[in-house]
Amino acid sequence: MSKVASRYRDPASETLSWRLILILLAVAFLGIVVVLPLVTVFYEAFRKGTGAFIAAFDEPDAIAAIRLTLTVAAIAVPLNLVFGVAAAWAIAKFEFRGKTFLVTLIDLPFSISPVISGLVYVLLFGAQSYLGPILKSQGIQIIFALPGMVLATIFVTFPFIARELIPLMQEQGTGDEEAALSLGASGWQTFWYVTLPNVKWGLLYGVLLCNARAMGEFGAVSVVSGHVRGLTETMPLHIEILYNEYNFAAAFAIATLLALLALVTLALKTVLELRYGDEIAAGRKH
Amino acid sequence: MDVKIKNIRKEFARFPALHDLSLDIASGELIALLGPSGSGKTTLLRLIAGLEQPTEGQIFFGNEDASLKSVQMRNIGFVFQHYALFRHMTVAENIAFGLKVRPSATRPPKAEIRKRVADLLDMVQLSGLEKRYPNQLSGGQRQRVALARAMAIEPSVLLLDEPFGALDAKVRKELRRWLREFHDRTGHTTVFVTHDQEEALELADRVVVMSQGKIEQVGTADDVYDRPGSPFVFSFIGSSSELPVTLKQGAVHFNDRPIGIADQGEGRARLFFRPQDVVLTDGAEALSGKVTACRRLAGTRIAEIDIAHGAGSSDKAHHVEIEVPLDAPVTLGGDLSFRPTRWRLFLES
Repeated sequence: MSKVASRYRDPASETLSWRLILILLAVAFLGIVVVLPLVTVFYEAFRKGTGAFIAAFDEPDAIAAIRLTLTVAAIAVPLNLVFGVAAAWAIAKFEFRGKTFLVTLIDLPFSISPVISGLVYVLLFGAQSYLGPILKSQGIQIIFALPGMVLATIFVTFPFIARELIPLMQEQGTGDEEAALSLGASGWQTFWYVTLPNVKWGLLYGVLLCNARAMGEFGAVSVVSGHVRGLTETMPLHIEILYNEYNFAAAFAIATLLALLALVTLALKTVLELRYGDEIAAGRKH
Repeated sequence: MDVKIKNIRKEFARFPALHDLSLDIASGELIALLGPSGSGKTTLLRLIAGLEQPTEGQIFFGNEDASLKSVQMRNIGFVFQHYALFRHMTVAENIAFGLKVRPSATRPPKAEIRKRVADLLDMVQLSGLEKRYPNQLSGGQRQRVALARAMAIEPSVLLLDEPFGALDAKVRKELRRWLREFHDRTGHTTVFVTHDQEEALELADRVVVMSQGKIEQVGTADDVYDRPGSPFVFSFIGSSSELPVTLKQGAVHFNDRPIGIADQGEGRARLFFRPQDVVLTDGAEALSGKVTACRRLAGTRIAEIDIAHGAGSSDKAHHVEIEVPLDAPVTLGGDLSFRPTRWRLFLES
C-alpha cells in the first residue's frame, strides 16, 4: 500500500530531483546576492578587532552622521505619516476629479531615479535658481543643509505609507464611517476613533518601510547634501567617504548599523505580517 | 416623530435615482420600502438619514426641515445591511459609541452610559456578551448589536437597510418577529428597506412599493395584495398572470372572443389575475389553452397553461398559471378552460 501511495505524486508538484535542483538554485542565488554581502559587512567590520569597531563610532563625524540620519528620519517620517494618511483618506473615501492623476503622482517617486529627486531641489532652491537667492537673503539655507536633505528624503519615501493604506482603506469602504457619523460623531472623531484604528497595523507597517528607506537613502540626499563633514553627512554618505578614504574597518562598522536597522525592520515586518496578515493589504508593488 | 418627504428628486452624476417622490410617515409607524434592486429604496432611506443629499425637495422630521441638517444633527438610528460594527471595539464599546462622542455638555456620566449599555444589551437579549468583539459573534447577534448601538442615542427615527439580508432563513424569521415586538415595545418610527415581499407584508404597518425611482403604491399588506394600484404592483407582489385583452361594450375579449367577464372601459387593456382566483368551466366564453405542466403545491395543484393566439398569429403563446382542484380532470397536453373570478384591468392609454 505504502509503495503505491509513495508513487502517487501531486499533479501540481515536481519530482524530488527537480525540486532539489530548484531549491538549490534559489538558495545559491540568495546566498551569493544577499547573505554573502551581509556576512561580509559584519566580517569586515570586525576584521581588525572589536577595538577598531568601537573606535569607528568614537568619532565626532560618525556621531554627527548618526545624529543627522536620526534627525532627518525623525522629521521626514512623521510628515510622510500625515501626508500619506491624508492622501490615502482622500483617495479611498472620496470621489473627485483627477483622482487617478493623484494616484499616479503618488507613485512618481518610485519611478524616478533618486539622483533626479535630489537634483530637482537643487534646481529649485540652489544658488542658480530663482528662489535660492531670495531665501538666502532671508537667511534661509535649503540646499547643502538640513531642510534640503529632509525635503529630498520626504520626496523619495512619500509613497510608502500612502501606498500601504490606499488598498486597505478602499477595501474597508465607508460603511464604518457612515455608521459613526449617523451616531453623531464629528468628522474628526470618526477619523480618530474609527478610520485610524481600522488601518493601524497597515499604517505601522508603512511607517517601518518608510523609516528604513529614510535612514538608508543615498542618491537623493547625496545630491543636496554638499558633503560637509560633520554637518551634512548622513550615515550612508559617511560610509561612502570612509570607504573612499580606504578606511574599510570604520566604513563597514557604520554599515553594520544600517544593516542591523534593515534586519530589525525585516523582523518587525515579519512579525506584523504573521499576526495581522489579513489586515495588511496584499499585492504591494515594492 | 412623523416624517414628511416632499417632492424629493435625486440624481447621481446626472443619472436619476428618484423622481419627484413624496411620502408621509406617521409617528410610531413601521414602514417597509419594498422594490427590486435599482428601484431607489436604499437611496430614499439614505436621504432620510442624511447620508445623501437630495438634488431637490425637502424632508421634514415633525415640523422641522431636516434636509438642512447634517447626518449628525438629525438624530437618526441607522442599521446597515452589513452591520458596520466597529471591529476594534467590544460589543459594549460599540453600543456606547454614540453617547461617548457627544460633547461634554450633553454626554451622560460614565456610570449612566454603562447602565444604558446594560439595559440595551438586555433588550436585544445579548447580556453577558459585552466583552466580545464583533468577529466573535454570529450574524444574528451582530445585527442585534447594530440595532442596540443605533438605539443607544435615542433616535427620533430608526432606519434599517436590508436588516435581515445577510442572514440565513431561520434566523431571519426569528429576527423578523423579534423586530416587530421590539417596535411595538419601543414605539419608534421605523423605516426598513427590503426586497423580500414576504418580509415587508408580514412586518410592516404600511408597505411602500417602489420601482424605477418612483413610488408605485403605499398601503397595508391587504391593500397592496388585494387592490394593487398598478400593473407593476400586481406582478411584483404575489404570483399572477397577465394577458393582453380588449374591452368592447363592457365585455372583456381575448383574441377577439369574449371570455365571459365584464368590466368598465373601452379599448386595449392588460388583464391581471392570481392563480387562486379562477374557476374551471365548460362554457364557450372562457380562456382556454394547453396544459404544459402540472405540479402539486401543498393542498392544491398548479397548472401551467399556454394560451395560443388566434389562427395566423406568429406571436408566442401566453403563459399563465392557475390553481386547480385536486380532483379536476387535468391531463398534460390536454386543453383546459377557465375564467377569472377576481381580476384587475389596466387600460392602455
